[in-house]
Amino acid sequence: MNEEKLIPHLFRTEYRKIVAVLCKTFGLEHIETAEDIASDTFLQASETWGIKGLPENPAAWLYTVAKNKTKNYLKRNKVLADKIIPQIKYDSSQTEESEIDLSETNIRDSQLQMMFAICHPSIAAEAQIALALRILCGFGIDEIASAFLTNKETINKRLFRAKEKLRAENISIELPPPAEISNRLDIVLRTLYLLYNEGYYTSQSENVLHKEFCYEAMRLTYLLIENELTNLPQVNALFALMSFHASRFDARVNENGDLVLYDEQDETRWDQQLIQQGIYFLQQASQGNQLSKYHLEAGIAYWHTIKADTPKKWENILQLYNRLLQIEYSPIAALNRTYALSKANGKAEAIAEAEKLQLSGNHLYHSLLGELYTDVDNAKALSHFRTAAGLARSTADKNILVNKMRKFENNATLP
Amino acid sequence: MKEFLFVFRVDLSKMKQLSPEMLQNVAENAKNWVASVAAQNKLADKGNRLVPGSGKVLKSKSLITDGPYVETKEAINGYLIIKADTIEEAVGIAKGNPIFTFDIGGSIEVREISTL
Repeated sequence: MNEEKLIPHLFRTEYRKIVAVLCKTFGLEHIETAEDIASDTFLQASETWGIKGLPENPAAWLYTVAKNKTKNYLKRNKVLADKIIPQIKYDSSQTEESEIDLSETNIRDSQLQMMFAICHPSIAAEAQIALALRILCGFGIDEIASAFLTNKETINKRLFRAKEKLRAENISIELPPPAEISNRLDIVLRTLYLLYNEGYYTSQSENVLHKEFCYEAMRLTYLLIENELTNLPQVNALFALMSFHASRFDARVNENGDLVLYDEQDETRWDQQLIQQGIYFLQQASQGNQLSKYHLEAGIAYWHTIKADTPKKWENILQLYNRLLQIEYSPIAALNRTYALSKANGKAEAIAEAEKLQLSGNHLYHSLLGELYTDVDNAKALSHFRTAAGLARSTADKNILVNKMRKFENNATLP
Repeated sequence: MKEFLFVFRVDLSKMKQLSPEMLQNVAENAKNWVASVAAQNKLADKGNRLVPGSGKVLKSKSLITDGPYVETKEAINGYLIIKADTIEEAVGIAKGNPIFTFDIGGSIEVREISTL
């Protein structure tokens, strides 16, 4: 890898580690200082490496520079030093290795603890995702802004307010006590789930699949699995769910970058290794008697890894959606349940159910009714697809609906 | 939005006459109905089914009998809570319950839950 590509790559993998460890050392109230030191380190890297060439071990070089910058910063800034030095037992007579611990274990622990700090109940969900993308995943403000279809200022403001909140609440970077882990984990998992969905659906973005967001969500979920305190059934279920969905990444997008619907996907392009990984973690998740929404969603995703339509498949999917809706209502689960109902019990029953849903402002609702009315009442089907196309926000969604409408128009001209 | 308690009653002697396949059919229809209510975001509490043929009624501390409805035509076999704007809407939801499509002597009592 050359220097031009290496620095963005290292930024992605190392920035977050340096920030997590420095935050852990300084305390969350000095999160900006940690970010500044990490950013400065990368700035220096791009300047120095451009002139002197790449160091032998670029990551180690970054760590050393970050440590030195921290030491200098603490010397310069007396206020911070007075508060922090007693904490980290800074002593100039000791070797520098003793101050900032950038060992693999400490990086992993710091990131895990950081995850719980960011997903504190006092932080709004939207801000948690932005913080997670920035602090835990090392995405640039530009990338985050484009993912949320907004500008840099909005994201900066959102991050600023969230950091203020972290300070005001005096949130510390540590794992919650064992008795609270399960409760606090709910929010962590919800954030990781939303982060993954942001990548998978990118409802607000032109880009069909922000795979990187998905992989980051998986990496963070796996961090939870690696720690025995947080390796709980619902975490394994979420990881299984992510693995099953990830198995379809390649099949889901065609050569033009357009979304390919499930029915039209070439299942030979589904990643069997990820499917097997999903099955393994779903089995791990079934230990114990807890049934989370992630278990049910992973179960649904598992049945979708079998392409052939069988009554057994759709009956199972229907029952899983039935249970999912009883745990937590969501419009998307209600719509998907109705689709499964049409596959299991026929379109007539599903149409009757769909019309009770009262989701007429949702493009997916009309898209579903379009599917259900196809070959039952094509005029109604076309009208629903047209309404859906009018309501859809992303170009990818609109294109799919326009294609559906075109099929009717073509058929109508046939004798 | 108000909440309404649904109390389900069936005739246990009629239930006993159903074949296992038929009972399975009843159970599946009931599950789909609950999910249908949930899909409309109108399920407040999925409630519980009760163990048939069991129960006690305390008329006083010393007068304890087997429940009046335990082995009768009107045994309570479950309850749940739905959300609706009016009792008419709640009744409309109840009408769709499969309890009425099988010959099991079923009834549903709909009661508005007091918020006081």
